[in-house]
Amino acid sequence: MTATLDGSNTAAHASKAAVTLSGVTKAFGAGNRRVLAIDGIDLEVPTGSFTCIVGASGCGKSTLLSLVAGLEQPTSGALSVEGKTALMFQESALFSWLTLQGNVELAIKLRGGTSKADRAAEARAMLELVHLGDFARHRPHEVSGGMRQRAALARALAQQPEVLLMDEPFGALDAITRDLLHEELEQLWSSRGTTVLFVTHNVREAVRLGDRVVVLSSRPGRVVESIDVPIPRPRRIESSAVADLAAHVADRLREEVSRHGR
Amino acid sequence: MVVETEQLSAALSGLDALDVVAAPAGRLRRARAVILPKVAATIVFIGLWQLLVASKWKPEYVVPSPFSVLHWMGQNPGSLLSASWVTLSRGLLGFAIAIVIGGAIGILNASVPVVRSAMGSMITGLQTMPSIAWYPLAIVFFGLGEHAILFVVVVGAAPSIANGIMSGVDQVPPLLRRAGRTMGARGLTQLRYIVLPAALPVFFSGLKQGWAFCWRSLLAGEIIVVALTNRGLGTLLQENKDFLNYVGLYGVMVTIFVLGVIVDGVLFGTFDQLIRRRWGLVEA
Repeated sequence: MTATLDGSNTAAHASKAAVTLSGVTKAFGAGNRRVLAIDGIDLEVPTGSFTCIVGASGCGKSTLLSLVAGLEQPTSGALSVEGKTALMFQESALFSWLTLQGNVELAIKLRGGTSKADRAAEARAMLELVHLGDFARHRPHEVSGGMRQRAALARALAQQPEVLLMDEPFGALDAITRDLLHEELEQLWSSRGTTVLFVTHNVREAVRLGDRVVVLSSRPGRVVESIDVPIPRPRRIESSAVADLAAHVADRLREEVSRHGR
Repeated sequence: MVVETEQLSAALSGLDALDVVAAPAGRLRRARAVILPKVAATIVFIGLWQLLVASKWKPEYVVPSPFSVLHWMGQNPGSLLSASWVTLSRGLLGFAIAIVIGGAIGILNASVPVVRSAMGSMITGLQTMPSIAWYPLAIVFFGLGEHAILFVVVVGAAPSIANGIMSGVDQVPPLLRRAGRTMGARGLTQLRYIVLPAALPVFFSGLKQGWAFCWRSLLAGEIIVVALTNRGLGTLLQENKDFLNYVGLYGVMVTIFVLGVIVDGVLFGTFDQLIRRRWGLVEA
């Protein structure tokens, strides 16, 4: 894949779906206590695309990612994923007893990868990729939240996933750090061709990053609208084009939330 | 693209430099801050002891001055050292067996829910049992000898160690297990690379507690079980009392106290701090 940032790579890869959900439903509990988390979701995520999912509380965003990651099974419906997935959380979920390097090495080891020396070299390269080469020997609690998320991204990429699932990964970061991480993620995505499914409650973030923004309803989660983002890359979260489209998505979301009032 | 990458790299490294806090004050200063108060407390304690002697509350052969106790210790280093060695090696053997047995029981309980609901509360119950209550039975089983002591030491320490593993595993954040699962770690792999390392700080507290139980059971055993060929600190303590050598009695007690401080405070304490710091549970 060529490292262009003008959006043309999206079209080239839109031919085949990396993730396909048809009529996927997930319920928890039984009888009177049965709660429908997501209800009949149809979704196609084209290979190599960057798809953002936005929704208010209770839209089953995290459930959706757990299903795609294979951590849970759908109650009904069909789900297919082409290739391996890696999941990134809002908290880094790094292992505090390992250095950043050790965390990435463990991911390579669990993937079934190579000799110790090769693992070390590969982990080092992954950390360089997220500009953390100088902090390889630091432990997670010795670096900032933004650095932890970058290390978590390196660890996720070290799993060599075809599909990268991100569950509000930048939700707990300050605005400056988040902007930089948007840029970093965008560059990594466009150079590696990994399919990204990115869940957020931040509408601007979704428009800033996604080829497409999927709006989910709440309780139960359903696909309300799928909005293509034609804004050329690289984008800036401050740009008026991003703001305009974000306003549209936000209106749509607000409509959905209002249904739950009296 | 290249220009953009460079800009991003510069911005990120600037931010990282701002975010990462400088290393704290040197080791020497930290050590001094830890050691000085302890030295001061020891001096105050010896001073109070000497005051008690000076007050003539009890005759001097019952409460001897700290200096005559230290003098006695200086005159009998051989018997104190060999008794300390005998007691410590008994303790280490029992502790090692307790780690194997308690560890196996702990891992079994932590990973198999049925075993847990069957055995869990029993283990906690065993932990509350005063170890001295085991001696009559142990003597009936094994006679007045090494094996009776070893049995009680193991029974005293193993529940704490098992409990340490169990509560350590219970406290592993679900997010870490989830992260491990998404990385492909399941079953034993999950246990080895994620659950047990995450449980280590709490497990280590269990070990520390296990050693405390082990040490207590051991000294009680050496006093109760009289027919021992190798004379440990408990035996020495009892002998000094029987021969009315109260200075020696104090000397052995001081030895027991110092050993306790060294093993519990210095060895376990240092490792505890090291683990907590590495695991990010305390400020560096």
